Amino acid sequence: MRRTFSILLRNPLSLLGLILVSAVVLSAVFADFIAPFPLHRGAVVDFANFNKPPEWPYIFGTDLVGRDLFSRILYAYRISLILGVVVLAIAVPIGVAIGLFAGYLGGWTEYVLMRITDVFLSIPPLVLAMSMMGLLEPTLTNGMIAVTAMWWPWYTRLVYNLARSEKEEGYVLAAEVIGASKLHVMFREILPNCVPSILTKMTLDLGFVILIASSLSFLGLGVQPPTPDLGSMVADGAKYLPDSWWLTVFPGLAILVAVFGFNLIGDALREILGAEQ
Amino acid sequence: MPPVLRLLAKRLGTSLIVLIGVSLLIFAIARVIPGDPARIALGPNATAEAIAALRERLHLDDPFVLQYGYFLADLARGDLGISLYTNRPVTRDIADYLPATLELVIVSGIMMVALGLPLGVLSARYRGSWIDHVVRMVTLLGVSAPSFVWAVILMLVFAFYLPLFPIAGRISDSYTISSVTGFLLVDTLIAGDVKAFGNAAWHIVLPAFALALSGIAQAARLTRSNMVETYERPYIEMAKSYGFPEKRIAWRYAFKPSLIPSMTIIGLDFAAMLGNAFLVEAVFAWPGLSRYGVAVILRKDLNAIVGTVLIISAMFLIVNVIVDLLIAFINPRIRYSQRAS
Repeated sequence: MRRTFSILLRNPLSLLGLILVSAVVLSAVFADFIAPFPLHRGAVVDFANFNKPPEWPYIFGTDLVGRDLFSRILYAYRISLILGVVVLAIAVPIGVAIGLFAGYLGGWTEYVLMRITDVFLSIPPLVLAMSMMGLLEPTLTNGMIAVTAMWWPWYTRLVYNLARSEKEEGYVLAAEVIGASKLHVMFREILPNCVPSILTKMTLDLGFVILIASSLSFLGLGVQPPTPDLGSMVADGAKYLPDSWWLTVFPGLAILVAVFGFNLIGDALREILGAEQ
Repeated sequence: MPPVLRLLAKRLGTSLIVLIGVSLLIFAIARVIPGDPARIALGPNATAEAIAALRERLHLDDPFVLQYGYFLADLARGDLGISLYTNRPVTRDIADYLPATLELVIVSGIMMVALGLPLGVLSARYRGSWIDHVVRMVTLLGVSAPSFVWAVILMLVFAFYLPLFPIAGRISDSYTISSVTGFLLVDTLIAGDVKAFGNAAWHIVLPAFALALSGIAQAARLTRSNMVETYERPYIEMAKSYGFPEKRIAWRYAFKPSLIPSMTIIGLDFAAMLGNAFLVEAVFAWPGLSRYGVAVILRKDLNAIVGTVLIISAMFLIVNVIVDLLIAFINPRIRYSQRAS
C-alpha cells in the first residue's frame, strides 16, 4: 500500500492526478468555507451582477441571475462526488457477486446470469439511464438508481472473466480438494485476487460516473434546479454562446479536471497493480 | 455448414434472446412507473371517459403478462404502437429521425477506427518517446470529458472564433435533396449533386469529431497497450533479428494480433456513441433521434420510449454481430475452429 503510494508520487502524471483529485475532493468537502458566495448554491437572485465575465470577486463570472459560478461549481462537485460514491457502493458489490457466481459455478447459472448481464450491456449506457430517469421523477435519488442500474454489469463482466481464469489455478483446486465450500472458494479464495482489478476500475469509474451524471443533467434528465449541477450549467450556458462563453467553458472544464484526475490515478494504478482491463 | 456461417447463426440466436430480454426489461420499467400515462398524454383538461378510452386502447388495465403479450404480437407485425406525443406510428417517427443519427454515428465510427488505431500503433512503436507521451496525454484528455463538453469547445473554437465550420444543422437551407435513404451523404450522391454532398460533409465534420473523440482515445489507448504486450513476444524479436523493417514489424506482426481485443471494445464504444449522439445532437441542433428521444422521455410517451430503446439496442446488437464476424475473419483460430463463444 505504502509502496503503491510512493510510486504514484514519483510519476509526474500520477502526481498531477493526485493533485487534481485532492483539489476536487477538498473543494467539495470544504465548499462552505472556500466558496466566496455559499448562498449562491440555491435559488438566489442578484440582478445587479448578472451575466458578468470573470472578474474579481467573481473569478469564473456570474450566471444569468447573478450567481457566482465558482461557488456553484464547488457545490456541484459535492453532489457529483456523493452520487459517484453511492453508485459505486451499490453497483460494485452487486456486479462482483453476480460475476463470481457466473464465472465460478458455470453451467446454467452462468448462462442465465450472463444473458441478463448482456441485456443490460446491450442498451447504450446513457439511453438506459435516460429512460429510467425520465420514467421516474428526476431527483438525486432516482439519478443514483438509474446510474447504478447501468453500472453493475461492467463489474459482472470484469469479475466473470477473472473468475473463469482464476478457477483453473492451483490454489483454487487445492481449496476444493480439502473440501472448502463453494462460497468459501468464491469469496475467500478467488475474490481477493480480483481486488486489484476491481479497485483500479473503481478509481477510473468515479470519474466516469461524474461524466454520465453530468450528461444526464445536460439533457435535462438529472438533478433539477436550483441544485447546482455541472451538466445543466453547460446546457443552460450553451444557449448564450459565444458571448457569455464563461457560462459553459468553466463548468465544462470542471468536469474535465475531475474526470482527468481520476483517470490519471486509475491509469497509474493499473500499471502498478497489473490489473486487467 | 462452414464455420463462419455456424458462428453467425449462433451469434444471431444469442442476440435475439438478448433483444427479447431488452424488450422485457424496458417494457417492465415503462409499466411500473408512477402516474397515469394516459392522463399525462391527454393533458389536465381531459375527461374521465377519454382517459378510460385511452387506457383501454393501450391495454393499461390488463395484467402485465397480457400487456407484454399484446406488445410482442404487435412487434411481430412490425408495429410499435402510436406515439402519444406526435400521434403518429412510432415506427414512422423513428424512420424519420434515425437516419440522421445513424449517419452521424457511422461517420464517427469511421473516424474512431481511422484515427484511433494509427495513433495507438504510433504510440506503441515509439514507446517512451515524446510522441508516445503526447499521444497518451491527448487520449487521456479525450476520454476525460463528456462528448457534449467537446462539442461545445469545438463549436466555440472552430465555428465561432475561427469560422471554418457551420454552427448547426445537417445541410444549408439552400439545398433541397429528396430523401431516398435518409442518409444525406448518400442521397446527395444519388441526386448527383456534388456541391450538396460537399455541404453535407462539411456540416458533419464537427459533430462527428466531437462524438468520436472519446472513441478515438479509447481505441488508441487499447491498441497501444495490446501492442506493447505483443512487442515482448519472442516472434517479434525473431522478426527483428531477421532484419525486417520496423514498419513491417509494427503493422504486420505486432498490430494484427493486437487488433482483436481492440475490436471488441470498438463494438462496445459504438454502443456508447449511439447514446452519446443524444448529447452531440443537442449541441449542434442535429435533427436526429435526440430531440425526439428526450421529448418522449419527458412526456412519458411509453410506446415511443420502448420503441426507441428497442431500435437502438437492435442497432447495437447488429454492430456487435458484425464485429464478431470480423474478429472471426481476422483470427484464424476462430476461423478454423468453432470453440470461440
